[in-house]
Amino acid sequence: MSVAATFAAVFAADLDVAQNVFFAMLALATIVGAIGVVTTTNVVHAALWLVVVLSSVGANFLLMGAEFVGVTQILVYVGAIVVLFLFGTMLTRAPIGKDPTVDNRSWYLGLVVAVPLLAILSYVLIDAFDDTELPSDNVQRTAEVSDSIFGQYLMPFEAIGLLLTATLIGAIVLARKE
Amino acid sequence: MLLNQFLLLGAVLFSIGVYGVLARRNGVLVLLSIELILNAVNINLVAFGTYTGSISGQVFALFVIAIAAAEVGVGLAIVLMIYRNRQSIDLDELSSMKG
Repeated sequence: MSVAATFAAVFAADLDVAQNVFFAMLALATIVGAIGVVTTTNVVHAALWLVVVLSSVGANFLLMGAEFVGVTQILVYVGAIVVLFLFGTMLTRAPIGKDPTVDNRSWYLGLVVAVPLLAILSYVLIDAFDDTELPSDNVQRTAEVSDSIFGQYLMPFEAIGLLLTATLIGAIVLARKE
Repeated sequence: MLLNQFLLLGAVLFSIGVYGVLARRNGVLVLLSIELILNAVNINLVAFGTYTGSISGQVFALFVIAIAAAEVGVGLAIVLMIYRNRQSIDLDELSSMKG
């Protein structure tokens, strides 16, 4: 089944119209934002395009019924990681503005890798999950997530805590001045 | 909704991220592209978690978010140190380990 036929199936028949309209808008915002991140020559603009991508992906999580992950995405990514990137930009580049040297001279080799990768991934996904429907009554509550984290996944959770501590110390050691 | 629409969105985001990692030579912009790749993975994890009705997809997505935060912290510290040592974060110039 071709890509066009898959997208035709998305909008066909008895599917949830509202969800699909919202998905189309969010997918458009995600892709435009992602292209903005990798093509703009201004580092600050790239970080701001990343906000568009991360927010749309967070909204996509809500659309899939993953409320806690969606909110965490906004809090952690948009609230913390993008700010960290802006700090990094501020500390490493005095002139903030257009900078034509941010791309490799052989940037087209990236296209040579990325376009076939996308083609292969799309082919495999469409081949494997042709018209598989997501169940529509599948909101997974925050309580279930917490039960899972503090039950089945307690040890990995503790390991993540240890990792974050190690990262904090490591980043301070790396970035401090003597 | 179809499972495939989310998986294809993840694939597009992943490919754009791979392009960014390969085409950029500014250290901060390469880290930004890596964030795109991690987000594509998160979309896939949550989509499959919803599809199978299992909560594990979401838990793993949360773990990936935490590890991404750690990765950005250390990555930016390294970029900062490179900048301090060489007055540039141009990754093309980091060739002192080239054989």
